[in-house]
Amino acid sequence: MSKLLIEGVSRTFAGVRGGQPVQALQPVDLAVAANDFITILGPSGCGKSTLLRIVAGLEAPSTGRVLLDGKAVTRPGPDRGMVFQSYTLFPWLTVAENIGFGLREQGRPERERNEVVASYVDLVGLKGFENHWPKQLSGGMQQRTAIARALANDPAILLLDEPFGALDNQTRGLMQELLLGIWERRKKTVLFVTHDIEEAIFMASRVIVMSARPGRIKSDVPVELPHPRHYTLKTSPEFSALKAQLTEDIRIEAMRTART
Amino acid sequence: MLRPLHPVAPGTRTVLGIAFFVLFVAFWAWITLGGHVNRIFLADPLSMLKDGWRLLTEDRFWLDILITIWRVFGGFVLASIVAVPIGIAMGAWKPVEAFLEPFVSFARYLPASAFIPLLILWAGIGELEKLLVIFVGSVFQIILIIAVKVGGTRRDLVEAAYTLGATDNGIVRRVIMPANAPEIAETLRLVLGWAWTYVIVAELIGSSSGIGYMIINSQSRLATGQIIFGIIVIGLIGLLSDFAFKALNRWLYPWSLA
Repeated sequence: MSKLLIEGVSRTFAGVRGGQPVQALQPVDLAVAANDFITILGPSGCGKSTLLRIVAGLEAPSTGRVLLDGKAVTRPGPDRGMVFQSYTLFPWLTVAENIGFGLREQGRPERERNEVVASYVDLVGLKGFENHWPKQLSGGMQQRTAIARALANDPAILLLDEPFGALDNQTRGLMQELLLGIWERRKKTVLFVTHDIEEAIFMASRVIVMSARPGRIKSDVPVELPHPRHYTLKTSPEFSALKAQLTEDIRIEAMRTART
Repeated sequence: MLRPLHPVAPGTRTVLGIAFFVLFVAFWAWITLGGHVNRIFLADPLSMLKDGWRLLTEDRFWLDILITIWRVFGGFVLASIVAVPIGIAMGAWKPVEAFLEPFVSFARYLPASAFIPLLILWAGIGELEKLLVIFVGSVFQIILIIAVKVGGTRRDLVEAAYTLGATDNGIVRRVIMPANAPEIAETLRLVLGWAWTYVIVAELIGSSSGIGYMIINSQSRLATGQIIFGIIVIGLIGLLSDFAFKALNRWLYPWSLA
């Protein structure tokens, strides 16, 4: 059975001031196997973030439904951890308190919380920064904390909406390796939205390419590169071939977006 | 050279800030001591200080100061206790806002000073009336500003909390309230400044103690030195309470600073 099932999910936004309603997402079907790392690749405005937000339960689909472990998604919940593109750490909580936020909301005892928090601080390499405020951290460290915060709930699926989009290129590369390293060791079902082709291939076991607005799934490309992956993989011939193929796919879509 | 937006050195800033006070007092001294205005209408700086000293040492003016401070803080604390929860509720729950916002917006424009005659009828000319003037003057302002701030809570933080398993109740208590706490404290600091104006107005009418009472009392005796001293005392206390409030906010909310 699929871990996550997206069935005929579409999203139409009401028209502004009596205008035509805007369809952001055409009906999408997608089945995600357990422990798969899926990247959703598409040009800006293709509805990929909308799709992710629907899975998260932050937005309701206009049609269709999302099933996680066979249960329909109706609202956000701790079984679907989410990392946003913008920095969403709670500025009044320290790094450790941010990571423990979800556990606290679910009323888990403090002893257990502290143990879990310490292990995730370790996992994302933030030892020594537990008591820092988010403001005192770099962008990369903030996103590492955000990943730890989402993982600390031990969600059934991890959703990431261009989590490294605001980071510089070098940091972004390091973050990709960090996240992939965590996934290789701990195994988790991941849905990762990005517009960066290299990132999409490097991280994924499967790349879903989306078309320009209104979005739909244009192609579904398995990535059979071996694990553990190292950044040098990005210069290998297999990687380059995949990149050339996806670049072509995306380029057509980007041009369609530019024309409309 | 004056370049737009170019910062000024800290030392220069202090010197410039003091310089204006010096110029101001010098001008005041020149028009009064130099005989350019009638002494009856404006006392000179020296006799103002003399009058002030006499007020403090002989007329027990410090008791008036204390009673005024108590009225301001009493009324202000009462208003805060009522207004902060209502403001948060209005910001957090839109039906509450729809219910109360039109009335509060209207009530905000009712001048507190115009209520004084009515409040005297209801509460007499005792302490309760003074507290009520401050209360009426502050409560609607605080409610409205806090409602707006809370309504502007970062949506992405709220969404993040939901995806971490927060309940609606948890969102209000552990996201909306802490996220806005520094802004709420800042609002209170602002409104406290306004409360100082209301208390003096309240004391000008039907009062037998307080700084405002001393001022209105001095008017009938043409003691302009005392009036000016009273005004300066109000300014100084306002400044001090402002500093104290700022320091408290910095201490309570270190995370909101860089």
